[in-house]
Order: sequence, then structure tokens, then C-alpha cells
Amino acid sequence: MGFLNLFSKPAPELLRLTSGSFTLDRSGRLVVTTLPSTFPAELVAEIGRNILSTFREAQTAQVPLAELIVCYPALKITARELRGGAIVYLALQTLSGPVKQP
Amino acid sequence: MDTRHKILLLDDDPDLLDVYREILGQLPSRPEIRTASSGARAIAMLESEPFSLLITDLKMPKMDGLQVLSIVRRKHPELRTVVLTSVAEEQFRSRVYALGVDLFWQKPGSEEETKLFLECLESLLGRELEAGFRGVQSKSLVDIVQLECISQSSSVLRITNGPLSGRIWINEGEVIDAETDGARGEEAFQKILAWKAGNFESLPAEPSRPQTIFKSYNALLLETAQAIDESRHSATASPPTEGATPDAPVTGLGALIQESGVEFVLAVKTAEPTKFEARGLENPQRLAAWSHATLNRFRTLGDQLQAGPVNQIHGLGWQRHVALAEQGDAQLCVGWVQSLSAETLQERMRKILALWGS
Repeated sequence: MGFLNLFSKPAPELLRLTSGSFTLDRSGRLVVTTLPSTFPAELVAEIGRNILSTFREAQTAQVPLAELIVCYPALKITARELRGGAIVYLALQTLSGPVKQP
Repeated sequence: MDTRHKILLLDDDPDLLDVYREILGQLPSRPEIRTASSGARAIAMLESEPFSLLITDLKMPKMDGLQVLSIVRRKHPELRTVVLTSVAEEQFRSRVYALGVDLFWQKPGSEEETKLFLECLESLLGRELEAGFRGVQSKSLVDIVQLECISQSSSVLRITNGPLSGRIWINEGEVIDAETDGARGEEAFQKILAWKAGNFESLPAEPSRPQTIFKSYNALLLETAQAIDESRHSATASPPTEGATPDAPVTGLGALIQESGVEFVLAVKTAEPTKFEARGLENPQRLAAWSHATLNRFRTLGDQLQAGPVNQIHGLGWQRHVALAEQGDAQLCVGWVQSLSAETLQERMRKILALWGS
């Protein structure tokens, strides 16, 4: 049976959202994160890039922001501006509200 | 002409497709069943022919069910969708419903579960997409009030439209009172009847309710219809704000800026960001461009994260707060006084969106 398992098709995995936080410096470099290593690094970078661009462009549009909250049905992103960088919190949401992760 | 419903079944396992095809063949409405073994194939089939229902698995290689659903939701918003999966986690159930899916069902493991699943599918296939107030499909609120009055009924109609709620008291076929959002009498009646959709329920009559409306229901409905027409006409005929384009998406922003805590309101056409309208802003161009870029950026991010569509975006500032949201074919940016907390901002914004939608 072990031999047959060598040829079995690996089960495709779904993207698992998670709660946690990460900090970016003003150049967008990841400084520290509490997100699990299974969460794709490219998505962390993408979130960070969008957050920093939004803070910068808000300044140009003359609505300087200290905090940005993006509400999706399945995820809440809260970002605080940190002298050009940002600290970003991800909070998983379900139909019954926010989820506390172990 | 064949008027049977058409179901598209998507699963990467061909054996399971055969099994489900056989099971779905038991549906009383005898729908035509088509199958696809990949997300790309299913999307191509949906492009080429109309379907009533898509049933999809979640775990699939290359393009998973969540990715398929986020594309389908945008391209075919009228299509009924069902997820049939072995994934049992709450996170995925929530994310599936966030994408606007009609039904999330774990793959049936018994005859009883299969029977229940088929009943749900049959009910979904039989449900028509019609506008109006839930409870009395395809009827406007004017129709509902007329029905109650013509039948000389006594009842209290409770109408909800998102966070907005109102009541209309009817006694022996005459409207005697109405109440919503701090308004009462005829003013409240007109406000409620201006809502385009919502939920409606009929509560037991309250004959002891003090009467504030003394007009006949016919006169009342006529005056209300005229008032709604006039307000819509004046909204579309109002001169554009300085800086706005002449053919801006005028959407009754005047009423929104009167809401407590609102400093300015800006509506931008999603497809044409250079077309916008503003109230309370002197130079809205930059803000219009920022609002549009921000909503688009986080909509794309939501797709990448498979977290569903953006509900609201809040920016908390030292001088003022801003809140962004998308509704229909337009985007709304509202400036709020800085003293509001994030929770209050979210609540107030929900009300603004409900008013805007009406």
C-alpha cells in the first residue's frame, strides 16, 4: 500500500486566511511578523504594498490618515501608520463575528 | 423550446461527477445536467450558454472553487451557486457565503442527506429573481399599502431596509400613522415609501395608536408618489458641484450631507472615475482619484485573498475621518467629523449606504 501511495495525487490545498500582525518599514520591508509561515509571503507583501500606497496617496489627496481599516466579509485589515511604515493587523471574520486564534 | 433548468456541475473527480449527475437526475424538475472537470472549463461553459445553477467543489487543482466563485460572482451575478464540498471548516463556510453563494453543503453521506440536498436544490431552482419587498415578491411598498387598505385591514407594517427601520399603522383600511428615523406622520410615510427594497412584515393591529395622518390612503399615496418624483427630478436637475463633470452620477447626495457627523460626500462613477459629484468639498478631484484608486486596489486584494468583496474602508485621520464603499455602479466617499469612534463610523456609514441605495 505504501508503494501505491507514491503515485497518489496530492490533495489541492485552499488558501487559509489567518489572524496575526506584521510590521513594515517605510521602504515596505517586512520587519517582524506573527503570521504563521504557511501564510504566503507574497500575499503579506501585497497587503503591505497596498497599505503603504494608500497612506501615501491619502497624504497627497490632503486627507492624511493615521489608521486604515479595510473590512471584508472574511477578513478585517487594520493598519496604523508608523512614520512612513505601518503595523498591520489581520483579523479573521466568520459569519458569527471575529475569530480568536489559538 | 426547452424550458428546463440547466445545472453546471464542477468537480475535478470524474467519478464523483458521474455519481452527482445520477443523483441530480432525481430532481423533480428534471433539469439538464452538464459537467466540467476544471474551473477554466466551467467558466468557458458559463460564457457560452446560460445556466440556472452552478454546483462546485472547493478543493481543485490550478483554480480552486473560491477562485471560480469570485469570477462567477462578478461575471454572472444572476447565477445561483452552490458549494458541495468535503471541507467542513467554519472559515471556508463563511468565505463561501461572503462571496454571495446561495448554499454551502457538505457532500452528502447518507440517503437522508441526499434527499435534503435535492430538496434545497429544487427550491433554489424554483426561486425567481425578482425585485421588491421580501414577503410579497415583486410588489412595491405602494402595492403592499394599497392591498392592505383595499381589503380594509388593520395591521402594522414593519419595514426594514438595512439599518433603516420604519412602521406604518393601518386601521380599518386607512393609514393612521407612520414612524421612521425620528420622523412621524406624513413625513415618515414619504420617507419609508421612497425605499426601493427591503424586508416587510405584517404585525398585529394597534387600534389605540394615536392618529397623526388624516388623509385618505389614495390621496396620501398620490402625494407621496408626487413628492418622490419631484425629489428625484430635483436631484438630477441640480447644478453640478464646482469641479464635478456635467454628467456626473448625481445620486441624491444632498440628503446624505444632512446626516449627523457628515462633513462632505463624494460619489464617483466606478467605470468612469473622472465623472463624480460632491457636496461639501471645494476641490474634489484629488479625493475622487484617491477614493477610486483605493477602492479598486482593495477590491483586487480581496480577490487575491479570497476574502470577499470590500464592505467598507475607513481612514481615521487627525483632522477628519473618511469612509469609502461601493454600491451598484458608483463609489461613495464620505468625510466624517474626527470625534467619531471607528465603531460609530461603521454604523453611521451603513445608514448612509442604505439611504443612498434608496
